[in-house]
Amino acid sequence: MGRMVIVGAGECGVRAAFTLREEGYEGTVTLVGEEPHLPYERPPLSKNAPPAVKLIAEETRYRDLSIDLLRGTRGQRIDRENRRLVLADGRTLDYDRLLIATGARARRFPGMEKACTLRSVGDADAILSAIDAGTKLVIIGGGFIGLELAATARGLGAEVTVLEAADRLMARAVPAEIAAMFEDRHRQEGIRLRLGAKVETLEEHIVELADGSRIEADIVVAGVGAEPITGLAADAGLAVDNGIVVDGCLRTADPSIFAAGDCCSFPYRGAPVRLESWRCAQDQGAHAARAMLGCGDSFGRVPWFWSDQYDLGLQVAGLARADQPFLKREAGDGAFVLFQLDGQGRVLSASGAGPGNAVARDISIAEKLIERGIAVAPEVLCDPGTRLKQLLKG
Amino acid sequence: MSQWVEACAVDDVEEEDLIRFDHDGRTFAIYRSPDDAFYATDGLCTHEHVHLADGLVMDHIIECPKHNGRFDYRTGEAKGAPVCVNLRTYPVKVEDGRVLIDLS
Repeated sequence: MGRMVIVGAGECGVRAAFTLREEGYEGTVTLVGEEPHLPYERPPLSKNAPPAVKLIAEETRYRDLSIDLLRGTRGQRIDRENRRLVLADGRTLDYDRLLIATGARARRFPGMEKACTLRSVGDADAILSAIDAGTKLVIIGGGFIGLELAATARGLGAEVTVLEAADRLMARAVPAEIAAMFEDRHRQEGIRLRLGAKVETLEEHIVELADGSRIEADIVVAGVGAEPITGLAADAGLAVDNGIVVDGCLRTADPSIFAAGDCCSFPYRGAPVRLESWRCAQDQGAHAARAMLGCGDSFGRVPWFWSDQYDLGLQVAGLARADQPFLKREAGDGAFVLFQLDGQGRVLSASGAGPGNAVARDISIAEKLIERGIAVAPEVLCDPGTRLKQLLKG
Repeated sequence: MSQWVEACAVDDVEEEDLIRFDHDGRTFAIYRSPDDAFYATDGLCTHEHVHLADGLVMDHIIECPKHNGRFDYRTGEAKGAPVCVNLRTYPVKVEDGRVLIDLS
């Protein structure tokens, strides 16, 4: 018998706990979560009003699987020598294997202290309950969270302004052509979008920009990215470099300690990567669990993420590189997919957008093409008459 | 009592694919497998009620278009995270080039 401890009860930690049991592990499994709630899914928080709390699993599931779920506390310190996790409430947990799945917290730049952020169900409740028809909402940051919240708030009749420092939306993860499609839509919906907008000062009800303009706000929300929660690992002397550094198995330099999900930096195709992705958190949680049980496989899943704004959906598989050309495939109804190939013609990334789930199938196929390293001729990819699925049967 | 309803023509569904079929306020998914058999399930994913018809069929698996929940459409069995609730399935028969499903 052994003892597995997982610190962090988000998507990643919960999947790790379930996977340990699915793999037949019979020792103790303890899952430590900082929030008072049962573990829940975060993606709906910015997409629905009122916020729909969707549990990852009902409480009985944890009981049935003999997973000890400790809520409302967090890991304070790791005693590596004695393989012991000290909790903030003073309790200690001895472990044979420890998984750090502490996730990320919303970033705030200096001067943004008075802005709300959206990360937890508590945040979502606070923000959305303050929004009504006519509420003046100012959102700093034109990324996924900011834009999803903008669309949701617009649906409630709020007057929404989005301030983005870059010259386009979603610049970090999404090709310009898709960003432009979403930008048009937000403008049509009546969102006031200001690109290249630098926030100078932020008071509770006034945002002042570098160009001197002042914007009145009933509520200000900052959606300017997230930073990994790495303190536990750093304090224990483990390497942190934009995330807790792990190898392909998601193991830190300490063979008893693993890290997975938003808090870790892992090798993807030879380069260190940190992802903030619901699916990656799940996949890595499951992978880390198997690694904790001794599996030596490298994590090889292709990154995948999505966003929904109004009735538009976007999905990306692989890591799109904005500085490299895209090949465009029309998918009907204004939907399209942008592919990137490497020098050998293998698919590296696919980014699609359109109404609803119009691109879902193509992206799902692309994900498999990327995973399997299948080379495709550009003219085949761009011809809407080609059945992409055939490419998988090569 | 069985309650057979005509869902579509055989040729409406490509091999290893599915279509959506709405009937009486409900929505279903009709599948044609690679070995040319027909199956029917509820049309919405059990995770977030997304229409499965936009999803990808590979062999005997339907993958939800949203969060990649996977089901074996022959049995409705959920194949792992994020889905844990099975899909309901319905009996299917083919008569004179028409696909019928039993909603009883």
